[in-house]
Amino acid sequence: MKVSGWGRYPVLEATVHAPRSEHALREMIKSTPNLIARGNGRSYGDSAINRSATIQLRHFNRMIAFDSKTGQLVAESGVLLADIITAFLPRGWFPIVTPGTKFVTLGGMIAADVHGKNHHKDGSFEKCVDWIEIVDANGEVIRCSRHENVALWEWTIGGMGLTGVILRAAIRLRSVETGWIKQTTIPAQNLVAAMSVFEKSQDATYSVAWIDCLGTGEQLGRSLVMLGEHVKNANLGQKQANAPFDTNTERKLSIPLDFPSWSLNRFSIRAFNALYYWNGLRKPSEQIVDWDSYFYPLDAILGWNRIYGRKGFAQFQCVIPLEQSRAGLTELLEAISKAGAGSFLAVLKKFGKQESLFSFPMDGYTLALDFPINKTTLQLMEHLDGIAISHGGRFYLAKDSRMTAQTLRASDNRSADFATMREDSDLRNAFQSAQSERLDI
Amino acid sequence: MTKAPVLILGARSDIGKAIAHKFATLGHPIQLAARAVETLEPEKVDIELRHQIAVTLHEFDALAPGTHESFISELPALPCIAVSAIGFMGDQPVNEKNPAIAIEVMRSNFEGPANILGALANHFVVRGSGTLVGISSVAGERGRATNYIYGSAKAGFTAFLSGLRNRLTKLDVHVVTVLPGFVATQMTEGMDLPARLTAQPSEVADAIALAVEKKQNVIYVRPIWRFIMLIIRNIPEQIFKRMKI
Repeated sequence: MKVSGWGRYPVLEATVHAPRSEHALREMIKSTPNLIARGNGRSYGDSAINRSATIQLRHFNRMIAFDSKTGQLVAESGVLLADIITAFLPRGWFPIVTPGTKFVTLGGMIAADVHGKNHHKDGSFEKCVDWIEIVDANGEVIRCSRHENVALWEWTIGGMGLTGVILRAAIRLRSVETGWIKQTTIPAQNLVAAMSVFEKSQDATYSVAWIDCLGTGEQLGRSLVMLGEHVKNANLGQKQANAPFDTNTERKLSIPLDFPSWSLNRFSIRAFNALYYWNGLRKPSEQIVDWDSYFYPLDAILGWNRIYGRKGFAQFQCVIPLEQSRAGLTELLEAISKAGAGSFLAVLKKFGKQESLFSFPMDGYTLALDFPINKTTLQLMEHLDGIAISHGGRFYLAKDSRMTAQTLRASDNRSADFATMREDSDLRNAFQSAQSERLDI
Repeated sequence: MTKAPVLILGARSDIGKAIAHKFATLGHPIQLAARAVETLEPEKVDIELRHQIAVTLHEFDALAPGTHESFISELPALPCIAVSAIGFMGDQPVNEKNPAIAIEVMRSNFEGPANILGALANHFVVRGSGTLVGISSVAGERGRATNYIYGSAKAGFTAFLSGLRNRLTKLDVHVVTVLPGFVATQMTEGMDLPARLTAQPSEVADAIALAVEKKQNVIYVRPIWRFIMLIIRNIPEQIFKRMKI
């Protein structure tokens, strides 16, 4: 069948299996020459596609145990983050680290080592994982953690499913008093101002900026920086305090059809951007918002990926190390604004320090933008690759769908170690995705 | 207030599991019944963890009608709602040639589910309340070359449910007949089904919960199926017998 990631590019013909039992899964892994695991298909490109054998883990979606003292949840890897929130937020628990969509699986979050708006404070998803169980190429289940099979643990976090099939994991949730977030919105006239807001907001639990990619000159990188804190019950109004987790977030919007791709031309983007920016300015700088609108604004529009049209879209996401962030981001924004192909969505965030063998985040700033797929934007993204690399930047594999192997090698010297490790451990033949082949890892 | 339990017969099926989750969401304790029911332990743990209600497991064989009465008497509590998600489609070409399998298909889709719902109905009548839900099939609306052995058994079950409803209405027991069109389940895995006509198991579960609440009689899950079946039922036999459908 035809399979693609969230960006709907590339679309590949692949054989998909969805085993129903652990026994069937292990036998399948043992007897299949090479394969890749797939969760809910929310990585943007071809990370979770293997043409000859894509193993869908939707039947491994059971929760196994919860410890209400420590907040530790043990679950199968196909459990959705949305289901975890539905089950445990009413009991006062929320994910410690969450990406920008809740429709991701536990296994996918580990494989991509996802980050959230609190990376500068709490690190990546790895921080909340206690242990992982992986099925290796022989069909054996191996448990790894910071204390057990440490090498496997370290390579699996952010290893894009290329070390084996993640079967189960234990993660910790954070205790929260309410489902509400206090959001503070700070307008920043340009990139320098936005970075300065980030520097001054190191203590904020959550921080992220929406950035207008079409601003030029003095307005280059004009942004709205949004800070967030979990609201304590004492700070809610009486009505809300009586039901602190009842945020009433029924979602209705969905995009049932593909938009024609011209609907996203530079004019409509410019109008959208300007509107969003001024609308944001007019709002009070502080407001209480529900968790769903705060963390997952795009989840409200089911199928928003269709807004980019039939040809799909790609997301460019890089991180530039701190000392070169300003120069690198300036150059990137100049190139984007010059091309006039600025995306619907552009997000800026300051990461904290992170030392991992293959995870994406590092101390610095990350910029993420979407582009509808066409010849011009593909060329522009290659140009952006070069700018990021010249400033010591690297790229997020969960978003990638078009980078070349040379680009990856040039951007991330850890990729050679990763490839060597795969070669030495006989993983290279057992676990492959269309992405790992393209990137030669 | 503690709600009364909901019994799911054929709880291993994808639709059965989805129904269990749905009624657990609504706060009902759940009774899961199936063959080799101990293998549903992970489902029990999962449903209990997610919805904070009690789940009990009950060994049940639809094809052993002699055990049905003792099965009911051994339940920890008589359920307020009982759902039959029992069914076995088999493979039509095999069913045509192998009488043993054909008979198993017929018994699994008619005799077994009808007998257990009939037995439960008598208990519900004594109590004077309850809802019985039978998952039948649009395949029972008209026999087709491609699955008439399965379809004929479902036709029998649909007629049984209709009669049961007719008998029980004045006794305050409600009967819901569910005729799902295509559903993406293990039974249909690998079939090339049109997406617009194919429901997810969770949609079937939502539709059933609504039908129980609103005391609906016959539901089709995706409304378009009511229209499709209206047409299929009304095609003259002279034409129908030559059709490939």
